[in-house]
Amino acid sequence: MAVEFELNGEQINLDADPAMPLLWAIRDIAGLTGTKFGCGKALCGACTVHINGQPMRSCVLPLSAVAGGVVTTIEGLSESGDHPVQVAWRELNVPQCGYCQSGQIMSAAALLERKPKPTDADIDAAMSGNICRCGTYTRIRKAIHRATGDQS
Amino acid sequence: MSELKKIDRREFMKRTGQAGGGLVLALTFGSACSKAPQPGPVAKATASIAPNVYVNVRDDGIVEIYCHRSEMGQGIRTSLPQIIADEMEADWDKIELIQATGDAKYGDQNTDGSTSIRKHFDLLRNAGATARDMMIAAAAGMWGVPAEECVARQHAVHHEASGKSAGFGDLVDAASMLQAPTSAKFKSRDDYRYIGKPMDLIDGRAMTTGTAMYGIDTVLPDMLYASIERCPAFGGSLLSVDDTAARAIAGVVDVIKLPEPSSPPMFNLQGGVAVLANNTWSAEQGRKALKLEWDRGRNAEYDSDKYKQALIESASSPGTVVLKRGDVAAAIAAADTVHEAIYYAPHLSQAPMEPPSAVARIDDDGHCECWACTQDPQTAQQTVAGTLGLEQNQVKVNVTLLGGGFGRKSKPDFIAEAAWLARESGKPVKVTWTREDDIRHGYLHAVSAQYFQAGLDAEGKTTGWLHRTSFPSIFSTFSNEATGPREFELDLGVLDNPYDVENLQLETCDAKAHVRIGWLRSVCNVYHAFGLNGFADELAHLSGADPKDHLLKLIGPPRQIDPSESGGNYTNYGQPLDMHPIDTGRLSAIVEKVADMAGWGRDMPDGRGLGIAVHRSFLSYVGAVAEVSVDENGKLVVHEMWTAIDAGTVINPDRVTAQMEGAGIFGMSLALHGEITAKDGAIVQGNFDTYPMVRMNESPIEIHVHIADSDAPPGGVGEPGVPPIAPAIVNAYFAATGNRVRELPLRKAGLT
Repeated sequence: MAVEFELNGEQINLDADPAMPLLWAIRDIAGLTGTKFGCGKALCGACTVHINGQPMRSCVLPLSAVAGGVVTTIEGLSESGDHPVQVAWRELNVPQCGYCQSGQIMSAAALLERKPKPTDADIDAAMSGNICRCGTYTRIRKAIHRATGDQS
Repeated sequence: MSELKKIDRREFMKRTGQAGGGLVLALTFGSACSKAPQPGPVAKATASIAPNVYVNVRDDGIVEIYCHRSEMGQGIRTSLPQIIADEMEADWDKIELIQATGDAKYGDQNTDGSTSIRKHFDLLRNAGATARDMMIAAAAGMWGVPAEECVARQHAVHHEASGKSAGFGDLVDAASMLQAPTSAKFKSRDDYRYIGKPMDLIDGRAMTTGTAMYGIDTVLPDMLYASIERCPAFGGSLLSVDDTAARAIAGVVDVIKLPEPSSPPMFNLQGGVAVLANNTWSAEQGRKALKLEWDRGRNAEYDSDKYKQALIESASSPGTVVLKRGDVAAAIAAADTVHEAIYYAPHLSQAPMEPPSAVARIDDDGHCECWACTQDPQTAQQTVAGTLGLEQNQVKVNVTLLGGGFGRKSKPDFIAEAAWLARESGKPVKVTWTREDDIRHGYLHAVSAQYFQAGLDAEGKTTGWLHRTSFPSIFSTFSNEATGPREFELDLGVLDNPYDVENLQLETCDAKAHVRIGWLRSVCNVYHAFGLNGFADELAHLSGADPKDHLLKLIGPPRQIDPSESGGNYTNYGQPLDMHPIDTGRLSAIVEKVADMAGWGRDMPDGRGLGIAVHRSFLSYVGAVAEVSVDENGKLVVHEMWTAIDAGTVINPDRVTAQMEGAGIFGMSLALHGEITAKDGAIVQGNFDTYPMVRMNESPIEIHVHIADSDAPPGGVGEPGVPPIAPAIVNAYFAATGNRVRELPLRKAGLT
């Protein structure tokens, strides 16, 4: 069975079981490995993608749920990797192992879309679903503020 | 330069891996890992010269640097080329970093024990410096001038007198006639261009655009995806399998039983039943449909609550004396005040964000090629070779980026699983552990109990100190004879006791293992630093002293400690004591510094407190101060942390800062939340709901880091930041509330 949706700006028809979590459809069938597996139960945020602009955990979302929708992964967040969040992440050298950062960046980008000038409380609320085992939280917080144009 | 010898052209071609002239060396970029910062015009290279296994100079001007250590977040893929490029005078924008495969020719590749810089600094400097001298010799020969009159500077050799200069790429041909020197003079510290500088991450772009390749990201043509159901208790065996329903799941291709586990476990296969499918989800669905019966085996009775009591009893009785100074019993008998306490900490799981994952393929000649997130590719080669009955050189291990390691990925058991299944299925296989697999079937950090007893005189001075430690040894993973702590584990916070106490006795007490015991970031230092610093804080309050002043008094005057003088069999993390002494002066300086940073002694509101701890591990000294409060609902908040590290010479201060920030969060997670328990031999926790991590909303708003300016030989960086965090938080909690906690995690004390 095939499910049709827009993936990173392209209309695609993905031949996979509609019950398959979007994460595995993206990774194993569509071949985009930037979205990561971390828990399989929407507990860690490593698999965060945008569905119609909203941040969602793709590891528990069946493929059928995105039929006709718009899915954006880390690979499609910006044309050349220069979304303000990605730029800020590099300027502050946020990543350590880097594995969770696709999900962190997708959550942060969605936050800024909704709240262009988030407070620390906004950041806590939007980012606490994303675990970083390396512990880059203080830099993530600074990078989000920086991506809004706040250089302090 | 006199040792440079000419070699013939054929040897040059052989050494650079070319079958004939003109072969494009871009072929060597087959690595699955992300590329260098500035890839450059790779297709133009037609020849190259490799002064040693870490450096290859191409005639298109690019200097290839081979990173033989694994990247798991510590930043080695940035700091390793900083050293080589600096000594070589290679231009940072004209280097290309290549991840080395597992190969004994690189020497030690085991990325473990915070060793990448502390054990390889001179080797890497030498690799760069000899390459530099080879380029100088090539230029000098070409120009007919003495090599001593030439200098290498920013990717070129210059002869000041004649004004001649030649880029490294232009010297490949001339260099190919020479034999590389084996030693060369290192640059002086004042001339460093990259060492000691906060260079940006080489993999920063890849990691922020989803193009960085981890073990889980490898895809091969015709590859099958495997998910493995294992016995709930370690060491059990399979009684029966009904795979009818599993095979009926769409996408499932095969069901394969793995060989029963060996004892001791080492890194060998641990049994189980694998479902192989054409995608990960189908494999997991098939796995859920398996009907399996297990005999839980020798560890079926393992119950962590009962074990805890037995471990505490073990530590409460006299053990084997491993170090003795003076007469502790007499000191305690004569003491004005005697104080004792038991400290307990549970099993932990490393839980890297990328669970164990590997791909293996058997080639037509029967050899095996693997792609894996491994900390130790040579041990992976050996383990896979042993599993398949091959020679080590018949196994190729490609090292991907690691989505966290923390010790878990030192163990190549998951790579052996992929290799076994690849051979049995006849197809390339990717094995991906679920989070539950990772937490339930890994190599756990040891549970521990420690007993402390101290005698104080009328002035509050500690005159006797007894420390007993009991935990199941890492050695149990490699030997059925292991009955308790081993000497290599006592290096980590027992034998290196830094306290200025006249009468000191250190003992170990027996403990058997019932799970596979592994190592986790900073290993035994986690619980030993917790006990040492917690108990020292208790003595401070008991004697009415300020905890920081008391700690400095306990550490005593600046001196160098040699545990062997008191009978301790101490190995100092494998490096000589004269190069890396146990220096109480450096330890005290770090205490003073971190206290100063935190504004130690300032007035605190009710319910808020500061706690301090310090610990030397992996040859580096780290102090930490935490500021915590507890609200009426029992919610503990760590508002801010200050840490100071003396790691000797530092290569990339920004990566050291990042490691200290990360260690603060890692230490917080184990202090507040981390606990693995067992019931009927099976691990109770399974995912981040039952094994929680610190998240953004719990993170301190700032973790301040100070790096001591030092030209001492480099110490470790990846691990030493962790040990002082938990005791700093526990001591701060006492300062805030008057409640003493001697058991981790803190949530056991009713805190949330």
